[in-house]
Amino acid sequence: MRINKTFLYGTATAATLALTATACGGSGSGGSASGGAWDKNATVNIGSLYEPQNLDNTAGGGQGVTEALNGNVYEGLFKLTDEGKVEKLLAEDYKVGDDGLTYTFTLRDGVKFHSGKQLTSQDVKYSLEKVIADDSQSARKSNLAVIKDIATPDARTVKVTLSKKSISFVYNLSYVWVINSQAKNLKTTEDGTGPYTLAKWTRGSALSLDRFPGYWGDAANNKRVVFHYYKDATALNNALLTNAVDVVTSEQSPDALDQFKNNQNYKVTDGNSTTKLLLAFNDKAKPFTDVKVRQAVSSAIDDKKLLESVWGGYGKLIGSMVPPSDPWYEDLTKVNAYDPARAKTLLAEAGYGKGFSFTLDTPNYDPHPTAATFIKSELAKVGITVRINTITPDEWYTKVYKNHDFTATLQEHVNDRDLVWYGNPDFYWGYDDKQVTQWVEQAEEASTTAEQTELLKKVNRKTAEDAASDWLYLYPQIVVASSKLSGYPVNGLNSQFHAYDIKKKG
Amino acid sequence: MARYLLRRLAFLLVSLALASVVLFALLRMLPGDPANALTAVGASPEQIAAARQSIGSDKPLPEQFTHWLGQLTSGDLGTSFVSSLPVGPEVTSRLHVTVPLTLAAFVLAVLIAVPAGFVAAHKRHTWYGTLLSGVSQLGIAIPVFWLGMILIAVFALNAGWLPAGGFPPDGWSEPAEAIRALVLPVLTIALVMSASLIRYVRSATLDVLGSDHLRTARALGASFGQAMWRHGLRNASVPVISVLGIELASTLLGAVVVESVYALPGLGSLLATGIAQHDYPVVQGVLFVSTLAVLLIGFVADLAQRIIDPRLRGRLSGGAR
Repeated sequence: MRINKTFLYGTATAATLALTATACGGSGSGGSASGGAWDKNATVNIGSLYEPQNLDNTAGGGQGVTEALNGNVYEGLFKLTDEGKVEKLLAEDYKVGDDGLTYTFTLRDGVKFHSGKQLTSQDVKYSLEKVIADDSQSARKSNLAVIKDIATPDARTVKVTLSKKSISFVYNLSYVWVINSQAKNLKTTEDGTGPYTLAKWTRGSALSLDRFPGYWGDAANNKRVVFHYYKDATALNNALLTNAVDVVTSEQSPDALDQFKNNQNYKVTDGNSTTKLLLAFNDKAKPFTDVKVRQAVSSAIDDKKLLESVWGGYGKLIGSMVPPSDPWYEDLTKVNAYDPARAKTLLAEAGYGKGFSFTLDTPNYDPHPTAATFIKSELAKVGITVRINTITPDEWYTKVYKNHDFTATLQEHVNDRDLVWYGNPDFYWGYDDKQVTQWVEQAEEASTTAEQTELLKKVNRKTAEDAASDWLYLYPQIVVASSKLSGYPVNGLNSQFHAYDIKKKG
Repeated sequence: MARYLLRRLAFLLVSLALASVVLFALLRMLPGDPANALTAVGASPEQIAAARQSIGSDKPLPEQFTHWLGQLTSGDLGTSFVSSLPVGPEVTSRLHVTVPLTLAAFVLAVLIAVPAGFVAAHKRHTWYGTLLSGVSQLGIAIPVFWLGMILIAVFALNAGWLPAGGFPPDGWSEPAEAIRALVLPVLTIALVMSASLIRYVRSATLDVLGSDHLRTARALGASFGQAMWRHGLRNASVPVISVLGIELASTLLGAVVVESVYALPGLGSLLATGIAQHDYPVVQGVLFVSTLAVLLIGFVADLAQRIIDPRLRGRLSGGAR
């Protein structure tokens, strides 16, 4: 988990400048079932705002490389389903030792790389080492740092020893691409095992994938997939309107949806996202050191009204950092819910009966300025004065994230399973609760997922009650597609977009 | 003339050298550290230091600068911080879009503006002369992106004649598609550019129309057309050419807006991404190439003026003799 590259760049049109990991979504069965004949040899044109920087996800390829290549060109030992569950992919089977420290993976037989080479345990070892290497920029590097040793007793067996127990190990492995250990030039070419091979990448414009005839599993439902890259959301929507693309991976503004919603040639789906908009307090800065003040601010803001004004009918309310797709989700929207009268009482109890004022560092791109203005007017009603300080993503990174030089800020957090950040007292929001930190550590070293889930539920409830931050709402995940298309991922959790199930009618 | 050429070339090289210093220095003054953009958040200070080392931003600025200059002289634009890919091929591939776009728009703008500007001046007392003048005035006020959006709405979204944006992935190996992709962007730039050009052509023509030598030519019996052709247009073209040079240069740099509206993978969009990512080698590469282009355009415009106007030959290089 980390702040994604896109977050730092703040390109003019960037829409998911956010705290994000290049995490996977499932390959779900999006859209409605296809009625009528579909073309087995169709070309599917996908419109996206996220062009890869290069094609190597351990060398700063960014969010776009996950979207285009994850699951399509490269596969891991495991994959994440649409429901966020982990399934075996290149691993046929695996066993965990009694100590919880040794994992023995048996590789699927008969898997070939696009270059024709047979998959062996050496390739898996190489791929894992690539992610944890010194120069690796992988989003999962720190999670996989627990790997102590990788052994390859035979060509189909990989034995990994961890330095300490990590219940998320298998989940984290779903982010690791298995790459041919002899492959070169991975920044511009590929050698994976997925259902597609890279046909051509024209930087600044498009990336095309062709069905791989030697794929070990079921062949893709289409012959060719072309990702078309746009810098501007309007240009992207225009491309969809003129049939230059068949589907847009993620719509970032509700304004554009009307033109598709009432048009039978298009289908708009509202999937589950993991992106949360946070009013993040600096829990180490006055007056937000006081739990009551945080609870008061949380109670004073009508999240429902804010969500309505930003996203129209889309999106969901959340009462904590945990989105419904995380295993430890609980509906906590009632905790510190909207109640201005309670807010005033809490403020009085905290000694701020006459209110106070604070500066809200607000990133300069949507929806933050809108949310800031709304928060300002809501808090004015309980006597709190908000000074809105607009900053660039770069300033946010330096001032807020690195130097912790802020009182409160707004930020999007894109990751799934990112509740665990509240266990790190050095994280930018400065939430420091010894009990929570301990629970998070224990959860990671838990022996069963049930145990892990139980502990993280406690963390969830505790942070929600403490109003560690104010979780304003959960973003919608909106995919717009031509009605000729079916089988596309609707949840596209974070940035993955599996294309092999997509069927296109002729 | 040879002497002038040499001096002018020397001037060009000095300008280029100065520009590269300014360019390099200005970029380094921007807030933000490229190493941040490279490392995952939560990166340790060691990782950030390693990132700095790998891109060379830990070295003293003069050393970085001379390193860059050294690369430049061997025709190497360096390697992108972000993608770790060489900048040269990237810039070249973008030029395949931006150069045809700019040149076509420029030619079209001249084809519109020269006759229109002439008519606006010559027929300034008629209704259509006034109208032309008024329309061009209005045209100057129109923002490029707005015109682009209108053209897309009309010709792509409603009529469906042309693509709303994008460029074929295979580029010019699909010539018909590539040309179709450029029609609206070219039209957008040409219309906006011709609006201001008409003003220049009109006032240059007005100057000539009121000049003594044209009146003399007419008095000697030449028809208006003959007088204009022999004595008018050439004179009027001198100030217009210098404006043309400036317009062409600013179009090249201003293509970023049009490229964004039409989702074209050109130089402008590369520049915009590079700046946002603190990708100094990319930004330097793009700006260096466009600076070179602008200087060359200026050079050609100067040369063209001297060829057209013999009076300049003595004057500009006069000091040297």
